[in-house]
Amino acid sequence: MSNLRKGKVRLLQGNEACVQGAIYAGIDFYAGYPITPSTEIAEGLARELPRLGGRFIQMEDEIGSIAAVIGAANAGAKAMTATSGPGYSLMVENIGYAYMTETPCVIVNVQRGGPSTGLPTKISQSDTMQARWGTHGDYTAIALAPSSVRECFEETVRAFNLSERFRTPVTVLTDEVLGHMRELMTMPEPGELEVMERPKPDIPADWYRHFEMTPSMVSPMAAFGEGYRYNVTGLTHDREGFPTAVPSEINEKLNKLRKKIERFTDEIYKVRTEMMDDARIAVISYGTVARAAHQAIKMARERRVHVGAIQPLTIWPFPDPIISDALKNVKKIIVAELNMGQMVNEIKRIAPRNAEVFFLGRYDGEVMTPQQILDKIREVK
Amino acid sequence: MEKDTVVKEKEVQRSDVVHHYLRPKKKFPNVWCAGCGNGIVMGALIRAIDKLKLDKNDIVVVSGIGCSSRMPVYLDFNTLHTTHGRAIAFATGVKMAKPRLKVIVITGDGDAMAIGGNHFIHACRRNIDITVVLINNKIYGMTGGQFSPTTTAGAFATTAPFGNYEKQFDIVKLASAAGASYVARGTVYHEQQLEKLIEGAIVKKGFSLVEVVSNCHTYYGRLNREGDAVAMISWMKDHAMPIQAAVKLPPEKMVGKFVTGLIHETDATEFCEEYDKLVQRLKEKEAQK
Repeated sequence: MSNLRKGKVRLLQGNEACVQGAIYAGIDFYAGYPITPSTEIAEGLARELPRLGGRFIQMEDEIGSIAAVIGAANAGAKAMTATSGPGYSLMVENIGYAYMTETPCVIVNVQRGGPSTGLPTKISQSDTMQARWGTHGDYTAIALAPSSVRECFEETVRAFNLSERFRTPVTVLTDEVLGHMRELMTMPEPGELEVMERPKPDIPADWYRHFEMTPSMVSPMAAFGEGYRYNVTGLTHDREGFPTAVPSEINEKLNKLRKKIERFTDEIYKVRTEMMDDARIAVISYGTVARAAHQAIKMARERRVHVGAIQPLTIWPFPDPIISDALKNVKKIIVAELNMGQMVNEIKRIAPRNAEVFFLGRYDGEVMTPQQILDKIREVK
Repeated sequence: MEKDTVVKEKEVQRSDVVHHYLRPKKKFPNVWCAGCGNGIVMGALIRAIDKLKLDKNDIVVVSGIGCSSRMPVYLDFNTLHTTHGRAIAFATGVKMAKPRLKVIVITGDGDAMAIGGNHFIHACRRNIDITVVLINNKIYGMTGGQFSPTTTAGAFATTAPFGNYEKQFDIVKLASAAGASYVARGTVYHEQQLEKLIEGAIVKKGFSLVEVVSNCHTYYGRLNREGDAVAMISWMKDHAMPIQAAVKLPPEKMVGKFVTGLIHETDATEFCEEYDKLVQRLKEKEAQK
């Protein structure tokens, strides 16, 4: 950062862009535990938060980190943590707690190779399914996948917005290369990007119910210390937050967790399509791979191959309608990922019946190259 | 709702204290066994808070998982019933985000000493201004009588059918060594002393711990033939030794006894205050530029 700190145009790493995005979104609290390749996010916020009057704490482990984040969020803070696969694994029980208690928070997972400690300094996209199914039980997750430094900034802001708006944890899935890659980016002016705040109650404390059923299914959220005294529990609870075992109340609660997000998917989905109008072949990829795909389809177009690209930036909930619409006239679909095949199964589920789905995976810790994708395009053509 | 307002307005009588702090909408009875010490601790906590004349809105009670951790549901404060062992970590976030709040953690020996042991010692080390009331009944009650890190060596538990071959933690020594500001031990027999210890813990800046020796006659008592609730609580009466008396006794007279009272107190710097000083320092530096 150093000499470029004050400028409008800055040379930033993906991880640093996450830091700047969080600050833009109004972060108040960060708790984390060091893990490669996410550490620059903690280091950046350790430096920036005290100067902004926010609070930073390095906890004793990842479980404590996400716990502190949820505690702070319930006390009214916009709160975030960052980690990588093994740390995310430790966090998932408490992320489930955040789903259940409808606590807004942001978790950045800078992916490395796995399973286990795997490849700490190498790229991977093998936590894609973990971001959806990490914790136990039924819930609907939101996960975003940026592919450039600027998108790291924008998607972190969007993650805060979605988490505050829907009272839910949101995961930002980046990766080792994106986290450490430097690019020039023009810093957005204040007001240029939307910044959302959580819905607040406007009724007397005596009438307040922390898990009120509203038309949007999202309940206004009072913070601790604001005069609304309520109970928060990870046990299945009624609208007031008291544990319940009544079947109708259990159903209501679990449906609420799901519907509050699924009814607004149109506003959560974000998909980029490129040259899909006349495409007979589609390359679907997300994160860093999408950049290689962009390059590959340009190379293929020069060779007069009718190929287009689809890049979901919201990967959970999976943007079914948008992607299946884009795939309407496509005969062949290539799904490129840095894993052994995670999103490809979602594409198989929604691909047109007469289209063939091909998988291009890489899991040796190296980036996907445009040439690799181009070779696959030529192979399936 | 109306009833609640009326109670708030009128002067709270000593006899009404408990009801004033219980949730009017929460259905009783509670989940605890008849004769359980948890209710006594809840009463002591309520009376201590009442004596300090704290605003109900400024108190956050955080708990983990277990019998004792069910307490917050009944209390009319801001309450956070979290995951197993993590209460202190959640409380750390609450306290840091809003340092003006009084954060009290209710936890058990299994919750805070086994799965939550790491968070416990690090909170002591940071000396963050949280009050932990640790109810120690030496067993896992909610899951059905398994041994805990405080189960006496040789004692029986459902997972120690031939007697516990593990050694136990001395919670008070652990907290003192790890850096807590205020470390006390009480029992559910000595209710008035307990009230005072909790009061002192809430007032004290920094990390305060009150270990409460309690009874689980349903599991510990039954498996170890220690009798019913009355017998177990009477045992506390006979074996507790106030710290003032204990320091004067020769070691051989202390065999089989345990020390109660305020055992350790220091005035170390508090975590949130230190952080605020840093924020202030940076602000001044920025202003000078």
